Amino acid sequence: MKSKIIGILIPISAVILGLIVGAVVMLVSGYDFIAGYAALANSIFNDLYNLGEIVRKATPLICAGLAVAFAFRSGLFNIGAEGQFIMGSIAAVWFGTSVDLPRLFHVPMMILVAMLAGAFWGFIPGILKATLKVHEVVVTIMMNFIALQTANYLIWNFAEARDRTADVLDSASLQAQWLRDLTGNSSIHGGIFIAFLFVVIVWFFMEKTKWGYELRTVGLNQDAAKYAGIGVKRNIVYALTISGALAGLAGALETIGGFGYMTIASGFSGVGFDGLAVALLGSNQPLGILFAAFLFAALKIGSTSYNFTLIAPTEVVEIVIGLIIFFMAIYQVIRLFLERIISRGSKK
Amino acid sequence: MSFLDILYTVIPALFFYSAPLIYTALGGVFSERSGVVNIALEGLMMIGACTAVIFNLTFAETFGNATPWLALIVAMVIAGLFSLLHALASVSFRADQVVSGVALNMIALALTLFVVKSLYGAGQTETIAVPFSKQGIPLLKKIPLLGETIFNNFYWTSWIAIAVAIVAWIVLLKTPFGLRLRAVGEHPAAAETQGINVIKTRYLAILISGILGGLGGAVYVNTISLDYSFTTISGQGFIALAAMIFGKWHPLGAMGAALFFGLAQSLGVVGSLIPGIKEIPNYYLLIFPYVLTILALSGVIGRSEAPSALGVPYVKGKR
Repeated sequence: MKSKIIGILIPISAVILGLIVGAVVMLVSGYDFIAGYAALANSIFNDLYNLGEIVRKATPLICAGLAVAFAFRSGLFNIGAEGQFIMGSIAAVWFGTSVDLPRLFHVPMMILVAMLAGAFWGFIPGILKATLKVHEVVVTIMMNFIALQTANYLIWNFAEARDRTADVLDSASLQAQWLRDLTGNSSIHGGIFIAFLFVVIVWFFMEKTKWGYELRTVGLNQDAAKYAGIGVKRNIVYALTISGALAGLAGALETIGGFGYMTIASGFSGVGFDGLAVALLGSNQPLGILFAAFLFAALKIGSTSYNFTLIAPTEVVEIVIGLIIFFMAIYQVIRLFLERIISRGSKK
Repeated sequence: MSFLDILYTVIPALFFYSAPLIYTALGGVFSERSGVVNIALEGLMMIGACTAVIFNLTFAETFGNATPWLALIVAMVIAGLFSLLHALASVSFRADQVVSGVALNMIALALTLFVVKSLYGAGQTETIAVPFSKQGIPLLKKIPLLGETIFNNFYWTSWIAIAVAIVAWIVLLKTPFGLRLRAVGEHPAAAETQGINVIKTRYLAILISGILGGLGGAVYVNTISLDYSFTTISGQGFIALAAMIFGKWHPLGAMGAALFFGLAQSLGVVGSLIPGIKEIPNYYLLIFPYVLTILALSGVIGRSEAPSALGVPYVKGKR
């Protein structure tokens, strides 16, 4: 019970510490941090339009967070979510623009294609890790850059406008007008329900199936898994492949739900890296990921709101998010500190 | 275009693009040989680049032609300080070194942009007034072939990069300090029993990587980009990481790999002038370093082996 409370208190402390250091950064640079945080809270909570934007922002973050967490729970570090996200995006756009199907089939098929593309991008580091013991962190970093260049290359050579793909067909669109009407015509779309669905699927898979149990065992102790007759190599490949599929899903939802096309990109979208942040803060639990994704989405949308930018640069909040991850990285220290406080409290 | 013309174009460009990668890759070598994964190289380059640009813009009138040199020093100090955060997290607090690196990359990008916006009110700085300029050594540049390729149209910072690589090689492989540093990266517990302070050694190694990473970023802005924005450092730190791995964690290997990757980068830029190269789609040149690194790690082109204690936090008394 006590460890469960601490398990929840650690991410909360990390967020609070991040906000405090963020306040110090603003204070030192001569910005009014009280007004800044007030504007942030105000634009997050008092604006239906921003609420819609937050939901849209959270949609890919949830899936990317699930992707990273899935690998984490299996003992693997997938920094490649960004690349898998890109491959999912380009696959979804290709399927959404060039294949004509009834809506009922088009959307699910498009998502499947995107997940397959992401899965392929995760399979490569998976098979290299399983067969040649190549560390997945470096391979996935390199795969990110290859994905970025590959997507640009494909767009440049196959899209009519060269720097931009065509718009996806209506039959593949994730737009939901009733959601937009509810939120003052924000860019919210139906992808959020698909994200919710996958939160449940991943939770069920991880906690309730034999296969999920095997993956977690491999993550906790590879030797124990081997002695229990669990195929470690096989599961490493599965874990990174499924992780890649989830990141590919994030790409499909963001790209099809958001703009409905892709452009040549000079840099990363950052969704994959944010997925890492979400998974860490959410303690790799589907429910935690849901909360973390909404928290980061709210911070990001709040910080780009007009009211906040009047007071301080948007980047303050990006610094805060980086700090939260930093504090989660040194969570052992926070844990010791919390345990001391709790044991002192119970003595009295 | 004759073969000589090609050499005259490619070789200066190659040194030009490689220098920042060499510094940063060497920084990576120090950190990782001591057993600490440093994917914060990208962020350290950002800190160095941003610091150097701000210093250059602020003090160009005061220091004149010495400005870029002083900017390098200031950038090294600030990036060195920033790298101590990585040391604090991954050595003292035994955090996951990859997570700490990711966090610092995020913080570096946001912090540099925050500072730029606060100072200049825009997401991009102005172009620096006093960058490094191309040099030619008076007599040597007259030497046939060599003169035009390496003694003319070069930047001092490229030459220094080669020199630093040689110094790093001597320090890491020929001095007691280097031996201790490598021992800490291979078997920290054994090193500790020999009276080596593992914690201190790793702090120093990370500090060196911060200084060199900052230098890499500073050289980049003072020779190549000449300003700082959110796209200035976009992946160079990871290419340097790739060079370090492809160079098998050896200073001269890392330098060679950085030169090789610099060649790929420069061919992407000047290749359109060269017959035979211009037919290769830019795409292949762009993904070349990354594919090569994956192949190197997989053992296809001579296997790269990481230091054995890489990524494992050191706990005293634990075997």
